[in-house]
Amino acid sequence: MNPVLCLFSIMLIPLAAAGMALIHQGLGRSRSAAHAMLATLCALAVSAIIFVLFGSAWAGVAGGAAHSFSAGGAHWDWLGAESFFSYGIAFDGASASDLSRALTLCLEMLAVGLVAIIPLSAGSDRWRLGPICLASALLAGIVFPVFAHWSWGGGWLSQMSVNFGIANFADMGGAGVIQVVGGLAALSVAWVAGPRRGKFSDDGIPAAIPGHNIVQVLFGCILALVGWIGLDSATSVLFYGAGLGQVVGVIINAMLSASAGCLAAVAVTRARYRKPDASLSSNGWIAGLVAGSAACAMVSPVAAIDIGLVAGVLVTYMIEIFELRLHVDDPGGAVSVHALSGIWGLIALGLFGHFAQGSRGGHILAQLVGVSALLGFVLPLVHAGNLLLNRFAPYRVDDDGHWQGMDIRELGAGAYPEFVVHADEFVPR
Amino acid sequence: MNTEGDSLKLVACLLLLSGFFLVLAALVLLASTGQRTAFVVAGLGVEILGLALLTQGYQSTMKEQR
Repeated sequence: MNPVLCLFSIMLIPLAAAGMALIHQGLGRSRSAAHAMLATLCALAVSAIIFVLFGSAWAGVAGGAAHSFSAGGAHWDWLGAESFFSYGIAFDGASASDLSRALTLCLEMLAVGLVAIIPLSAGSDRWRLGPICLASALLAGIVFPVFAHWSWGGGWLSQMSVNFGIANFADMGGAGVIQVVGGLAALSVAWVAGPRRGKFSDDGIPAAIPGHNIVQVLFGCILALVGWIGLDSATSVLFYGAGLGQVVGVIINAMLSASAGCLAAVAVTRARYRKPDASLSSNGWIAGLVAGSAACAMVSPVAAIDIGLVAGVLVTYMIEIFELRLHVDDPGGAVSVHALSGIWGLIALGLFGHFAQGSRGGHILAQLVGVSALLGFVLPLVHAGNLLLNRFAPYRVDDDGHWQGMDIRELGAGAYPEFVVHADEFVPR
Repeated sequence: MNTEGDSLKLVACLLLLSGFFLVLAALVLLASTGQRTAFVVAGLGVEILGLALLTQGYQSTMKEQR
């Protein structure tokens, strides 16, 4: 493991958060823009504190202390058992092991922030600040640490070769651990908070509520690219032992998959609506980054383009299906962009990855087991948590708040004080 | 249970968990990759059914609230 390369890569990760924050506030309404950015900061802050104090103990590290049991002839390592408050980690860098643990804590502390801000996009314009902080704590304290342990911390998903004779589940850039976990949390939040007022008519027909600043959204895509390169590189170096040469491949693959995703979305929307849709194209860019991250250091550039192309096409259709057919109000498309593209990326790793050992069938099987754990365990866990939190701290703002906008309702001032006129302010209440 | 939507959501969550346990059972009980793959795909199918039902449950709740 190259610690300098890893540390430099980790330092780029906050740019992914900055990019995603710009994207989801730009895709929301102007009357909730300041709220969206403050919610991002709060989600990052709460998740970092909760993760370092509690979550990191359960996320654990490969080879570290863990809760485990034996059943069916297999050893099930299901939860880390490190010290709370990060007491067991020495920051003097005296040994390679100490340095690796400190880097793992640093990387996962920033990664869990990304997990926490993904659902903000789905709850845009109606999710209150207090419940956002509680939901971020839930993600950082319980949900993320469990799945991070299973796949990065020496848990059962990363020990399937020993226990079951198939390949280990692999997630090099966090497509599952970060993106799918965040995307499933976004789906849960969209359900719990319900659609924005006026989004669906009594007949269930959706109304278009366009984002207020597409320029910020597109700039956010470029910022996110830099952050994603850091994220993919750091996780590849830290958890999979990637060297300098492989990191160069990671950078090339990240750029190619994002480009393919964006161009696919441009082409599909151009073909369907006669003109390219900037919002969906930005979603295609991020979907390419998400899907490409799973196999970032294990595929050829051509395969990275293929992965991005499929993600870009998938996301344009799925955003429409979620809105028109499934009546899920997800203003930023977080479910399609993060959850579905992440799942595609995990499966694509099995399909296109270069493996030193094990059959391709075994690798595909391992990836499907990981996807099953995400859908069958993580989704019920995060949804039960959100339903419970919603009982004590209602997620959805009241009707007056919906009419005023989240900025005025929760912060007392708008993001753009010079532009205070909204079309529906003339509609009688 | 209060409404039809709530019942659907509960059944859906149970289906999601059932699919996951089916996958775990396949890993423990079966030996060949082919059999395991078949059962893992079946488990994923059960989970997708659970997801569809959960969506249906929330659509039902939305209709009831209108």
